[in-house]
Amino acid sequence: MTELITKGFLFPNDIEVHWSLMIVLYPYITGLVAGAFIVSSLYHVFGRTELKPVAKFSLVAAFSFLMFACTPLLFHLGHPERAFNIMFTPKFTSAMSGFGYIYSFYLLLVLCEIWFVFREDIIRKVRETRGIVKACYWVLALGSLDDSEEARRLDHSITSVLAAIGIPSACVLHGYVGFLFGSLKSNPWWSTPLMPVIFLMSAIVSGIAILIVGYFIVMKVRGTDPDAACLQSLYKYLWGFFIIDLTLELLELLTMVYEGEESWAIIAWLLKDKLWFSYTTVQMLICSGIPLVLLGLVSLKPMDSLMRNRLGLISSALILLQVFAMRWNVVVGGQLFSKSLRGLTSYTPDVIGRESIVMAAILFIMPFVVMYVFNLILPLWNKDQPESTTV
Amino acid sequence: MDKQRRQFLKQACWTLLGSGLMVSGTISLPRAVAAASGRQHRYAFLVDTHKCIGCGRCVAACRKENRVPPESYRTWVERYVVSQEGTVSVDSPHGGEQGFPALSAQHNIARAFFVPKLCNHCKEPNCVQVCPVGATYVSKDGFVLVDERQCVGCGYCIQACPYGARFMNTVRHTADKCTWCFHRVTKGMLPACVLVCPVGARQFGCIDDPTSPLAAVLRTEKLQVLKPETGNEPMVHYRGLDKEVR
Repeated sequence: MTELITKGFLFPNDIEVHWSLMIVLYPYITGLVAGAFIVSSLYHVFGRTELKPVAKFSLVAAFSFLMFACTPLLFHLGHPERAFNIMFTPKFTSAMSGFGYIYSFYLLLVLCEIWFVFREDIIRKVRETRGIVKACYWVLALGSLDDSEEARRLDHSITSVLAAIGIPSACVLHGYVGFLFGSLKSNPWWSTPLMPVIFLMSAIVSGIAILIVGYFIVMKVRGTDPDAACLQSLYKYLWGFFIIDLTLELLELLTMVYEGEESWAIIAWLLKDKLWFSYTTVQMLICSGIPLVLLGLVSLKPMDSLMRNRLGLISSALILLQVFAMRWNVVVGGQLFSKSLRGLTSYTPDVIGRESIVMAAILFIMPFVVMYVFNLILPLWNKDQPESTTV
Repeated sequence: MDKQRRQFLKQACWTLLGSGLMVSGTISLPRAVAAASGRQHRYAFLVDTHKCIGCGRCVAACRKENRVPPESYRTWVERYVVSQEGTVSVDSPHGGEQGFPALSAQHNIARAFFVPKLCNHCKEPNCVQVCPVGATYVSKDGFVLVDERQCVGCGYCIQACPYGARFMNTVRHTADKCTWCFHRVTKGMLPACVLVCPVGARQFGCIDDPTSPLAAVLRTEKLQVLKPETGNEPMVHYRGLDKEVR
């Protein structure tokens, strides 16, 4: 076990950090779900047709991340075999008790939407394939092979309704994760009413960013050019939401500084010492300052598509890192100071083990594996054109 | 042969039934004992910071009585040293279990004192509010307890406790904390830490009875609680609590 470097006086039970890297990963993956779904809804509900190339991709990305959103929690729990007690014997005074229901509802909603969006593709597969494969697709189609114009119109209407319900659900899902932290009055670094809103905004930002990065990678692998209008729209959305997100994060800090409560002394020490690199340097300076400027240029200044895409891709990658740093700084940062408000502890995740860096990497890669497998079963991209097929 | 088999089956049935009853009795032990304690009581704890000498016997007794894992603490003792210049230094090496190193003249001491800490068994406990499965609960007698058979080990209660009184039990993988020695109190005994304190710095008792000494102290003296601003209404009261103590 690593020797912990502590400074000042900590309550003896505060020396160890209880919520580990897994609890950092949990809101990060949940945020990607919410963000990706919002992008999908921008097309399905708000008619942003320029986002059509990533409409299916974003929905499947949301689903894939959703599949693994709870997994880090299971790796963290002392008794994962009792995890479902949260749903079977909930205590509703707890903010945490509702998560199972919200998560399940949202998973069901996304699954339904995916089914309606891909129904036409499934029916086509039923007709194109034979034998056991055909039977599998028939099961996937739930035996409904009606792809008439009227049926498609109905599918489209239902998709829009589901997407419309999905927007507030996505907001609830991630705002709720922020509430889990924001509602803990015992921790001055967490206990702020802005926390759920910041979590929500950063979720949207990270979701858009991962779609941009993912879209680039897929297009590179397929050897086709990405859709310029789609990307330009994504850059603008990313820039807009990121401005709001960053403003809220700075406002939260400014409020703490200005109010100067008793807890500010320890938070200031925390920021200057333990979080100097991950918060000040990574989250605020490098991964916020650079994307803010670059995305501004990309959104406002005319430039050739190669340069625009390079800057956009760099910005998106930095924003993904910014949001991860934000999650780290909230979850781990909030545990690096003792409730004695007199001392700091340290945390270095294990490399190998149940809550280690390797495990976190595996869990983060798994949604991409799901996406890959999904694409094998129901292709997300039309072979003849870079865009997804129409919905 | 048939008779023997019948007898064997009969005995097996009785054994199974008996075991079942024993197991079910064990599972519902905390609540059952609470109910068996009959009349509902309210308890409180008093810590006299003027009396504590920082010997650490309470911490050692607690560890032994409750099999507290190493590096975790159901109770601990803090030492505060305020210098003539007003600087405050606090320490609690190994929770004060082995006492404290001597202070030198360099400390230029204006005042120094020991403060024992433990779960406050709050009337409005955050830990109970946030537990997603109700594994942390308040007994009828006001004890805040953890049902280790229900706890999922999420650690939310540990984060919610403003006093740092909770920890993750590394053996059971569930949340753990001071119970005011519930298992002893329900048998009419004192908590282990109270029993071993050589100077009477820790007092525990029922406060329903107006004739009890603790009830009289709570009624008549100016006492303090830790972090009253949290609204948790702690039931551990302190005599002589310095403003530097959190």
